[in-house]
Amino acid sequence: MAKAAKKIKVIEQVRYSCALAALHSVLAIDRAVPILHAGPGCGQRLSTALSTTNGYQGTGYAGGHAMPCTNSTEAEVIFGGEKKLKELITHSLEVMDADLYVVLTGCTADIVGDDSTEVARGFQKQGKPVVCAQTGGFSGNNFVGHELILGAIIDQYLQPSEEIEPGLVNVFSIVPYYDAFWTGNLEEIRKLLEAIGLKANIIFGPGGGVDALNKVPKAQFNLLLSPWIGLTNVKQLEEKFKTPYLHYPVLPIGPTETSKFLRAVGKYAGLPSEQVEASIAELEKPYDYYIERSADYLLQARVGLPSRFITISDSFYALGISKFLVNDLGLLPGTQFIIDNIPAKYQADLEEEFKDLSPTISAPVVFTNDSGTIREKLRETKFRGKPLILGSAWDQMIAKELNGYQLSVSFPAADRFILNSTYIGYNGALRLAEDIFSVLVSSNY
Amino acid sequence: MSINLTTPEAQIRENRLSSITGYKGSIKDLAAQANGCSLKSGERGFTQTTACSLGCAQGQLVLIKDAAVVGHSAIGCGSDTIQSNINNRRGQFSRELEYTNINYINTNMTEEATVFGGAAKLREGIREAYRRFNPKVIFVTTSCVSGIIGENVSGILDGLAEEIPVPLVPVHCEGFRSKLWASGFDAAFHAILTYIVKPAEKKNPNLINIINFSGIGRKEVVRLLGRLGLVPQFLVQFTTVDQLSKISEAAATLSFCGTLGSYLASGLEEHFGVPYIKSLQPHGVAGINSWLRELGKVLGREEEVEKLIAEETAAIVPELEELREKLKGKRVVIGMGPSFSQNYTRLLQELALEVVWAASWHFDQRHDYGEIPATILDLAKNEKDISACVSELQVHEINNLLRQLKPDLFVCRHPGMAIWSAKLGIPTIFINDEYQSFGYQGLINFGNRVADTLANPTFVQYLASKIKLPYTNWWLEQDAFTFLGEAPPKKKERITKAVV
Repeated sequence: MAKAAKKIKVIEQVRYSCALAALHSVLAIDRAVPILHAGPGCGQRLSTALSTTNGYQGTGYAGGHAMPCTNSTEAEVIFGGEKKLKELITHSLEVMDADLYVVLTGCTADIVGDDSTEVARGFQKQGKPVVCAQTGGFSGNNFVGHELILGAIIDQYLQPSEEIEPGLVNVFSIVPYYDAFWTGNLEEIRKLLEAIGLKANIIFGPGGGVDALNKVPKAQFNLLLSPWIGLTNVKQLEEKFKTPYLHYPVLPIGPTETSKFLRAVGKYAGLPSEQVEASIAELEKPYDYYIERSADYLLQARVGLPSRFITISDSFYALGISKFLVNDLGLLPGTQFIIDNIPAKYQADLEEEFKDLSPTISAPVVFTNDSGTIREKLRETKFRGKPLILGSAWDQMIAKELNGYQLSVSFPAADRFILNSTYIGYNGALRLAEDIFSVLVSSNY
Repeated sequence: MSINLTTPEAQIRENRLSSITGYKGSIKDLAAQANGCSLKSGERGFTQTTACSLGCAQGQLVLIKDAAVVGHSAIGCGSDTIQSNINNRRGQFSRELEYTNINYINTNMTEEATVFGGAAKLREGIREAYRRFNPKVIFVTTSCVSGIIGENVSGILDGLAEEIPVPLVPVHCEGFRSKLWASGFDAAFHAILTYIVKPAEKKNPNLINIINFSGIGRKEVVRLLGRLGLVPQFLVQFTTVDQLSKISEAAATLSFCGTLGSYLASGLEEHFGVPYIKSLQPHGVAGINSWLRELGKVLGREEEVEKLIAEETAAIVPELEELREKLKGKRVVIGMGPSFSQNYTRLLQELALEVVWAASWHFDQRHDYGEIPATILDLAKNEKDISACVSELQVHEINNLLRQLKPDLFVCRHPGMAIWSAKLGIPTIFINDEYQSFGYQGLINFGNRVADTLANPTFVQYLASKIKLPYTNWWLEQDAFTFLGEAPPKKKERITKAVV
């Protein structure tokens, strides 16, 4: 059972952002541009947080200060901002070169009650590719925002397809930009699915975009590779286009989980199991090669090896990394802190996963988004030797206090510069091992 | 008297300093119109995302060493504290301090708070901040949500006064109140002036307040002022609350940035008798000379200052001449906050560069001591006029302007601006460190940076050859200021597309 954290409602140290921060999910779609109906500081602040101080990913095609925004001030708060929004959308269509414009609202617009969706609908009626998601920051976090944006696109933009393309799979998984490894991760998922004979349709990142979005209704099925984020969207797609979905909660990292994942997907897709097994055998080879070669060090390093690993992360990484470290590298888990404010209805399923990390190993889970709560819990824990803290840049301090190792894998990865690395699959597991053991070899244990 | 410390909050810059965010013209025209205070801000029918007061306020306050900040907002408004923590680390490194995380708690206002108010969460945030950080003061920053729902923040803080034995200080910096994010500096400094600073028990004739940002390059100030027997103290980042309470003891206040320093320095002068040195800012030779001379006048140390200036100036002559020869006539566009824009317009000319356009992100027609900024008056005295605009981070304007002017170099300040000139293949320098061109040696260092930047433009050229700009062909052919209209002639009547 997860120990109920002390009911703290405030948040020390930001480990996720607000619904509007999911504007990055729009930026992650090639040829889509967000139009913000928000206060003057929202765009910059959220952009700095997710695209700069999180792996220094950068703002891309039309992010950062290029994003159209009403920059709403007193006048819009007092008199309403619908007129200004309409004017901004009109001009954004003239100025910004895109195939899809996604209007996103901030706190000001939503509290004063602007009907922004109706304003967007006016443009839809003229045949303009404009949709609106009401993402006022108070309405939830960026995971909720991500779902709201996908929901708005599915609802207001996607059209049914007459044909279904066998083998075409829409992939919904990690949250763009928030996961600083998102591009590398999605690319790795694409490679894995293609290796077993499927065609992956991935909206976010290079190779996706509005073209990929338009193909969504044609898919044979939707794959939701996520503990909980995106579940509403695949259900929505099932309802609108009758597309079935496979919900696979564990982010596959390392051979045990990745092979298990591919078998599950292959079975769901109706692929011949020999074909899948043959692919898995090939995919495992490079992993096995490197692990055999590095096993000398991996064993000798046990002198300074972390006594327990702790993840302070969203549910994707907390579960995926725990499974890998337990099942493939033989490490032992301490408490796992899950910070993505996972709705209560999904918590029990996730706890079950942690109960069965392996047939013999389980890990205690704490659901909290407050670093003070995490810090107090860790201070109470007695570690023999050095713990390994897999969290964010905030955790350098607690790792130092605990005389532990620290690697930032999660938001904010302010101490990482990340381009196309991935932590997913066989390759991603090697990369994660490289990063963890680089921390060991660069410290004096 | 323009700084009113009896009110709970600082007036926004639009009202206090007649600041504007939209204008196209020239330096001389800007100065002339500011003289009559007749300049009205232009408005735009198309705008891109800018910045807000909360960021500027919070960014200063979370770096006061033994203070805590409680952000009363939705969680998104706390997002830039990640950057603040990086600034914190850099500042601690440069000061050889032990690393810590910033003391910040966000009240995570949600739908419930918009309906029932967020008082309970704010109380919890304050209690937790006190329990966890043991701070000497707790600042509470407000936000759009707390402002629009009418949260009585001051009242809630008053209610906790007996329970929490440190000052609980409201900082009114709702993003929607002002188009000028610099209003946030004023909000933070208003809070410091009203709650922290105490009247001086005794004056320290050698102590000089230096208002700066991160202060990474402060050793050069220590060296220069040290030659005059003066001791600088750097405000407000990395001070303690106790230090801040005594900044009234200083003999004078100098500022690195007229935009940043205006409120705090003027407040100290008006209410605590600390003279504000109303000079140019110390970027480049003319800037540092003005800074030191005005300081010398106020302290009665003119002779020593002149000696210092002569020696320091002489020391850089050969290198400066060499640089001027190398850089002569290279065409530069500037895009920065007003004080830096004006100061850099001057100092780039000291390097023999030709400033073809000076953009500033806003413009203050007055500073808080009631006068037009010295920097713009100084530029306006020159024979040659320079084209200028006020462009509140509107990169669609800057993009077309740069395409039209095709400068050799774009020099900018404000994170997130450098990329848009680089995408046009224009060598770009981003000024993050406010000490980049400080004084005599700083000018030489910066001149070398310019030369280095021009020496290898392959990165921006490659970028420009590969990327597509996010604008339509239609926009790329328009005048840069197509969407900048005159100020609305009547209230509520909006001009959408007047060409200036």
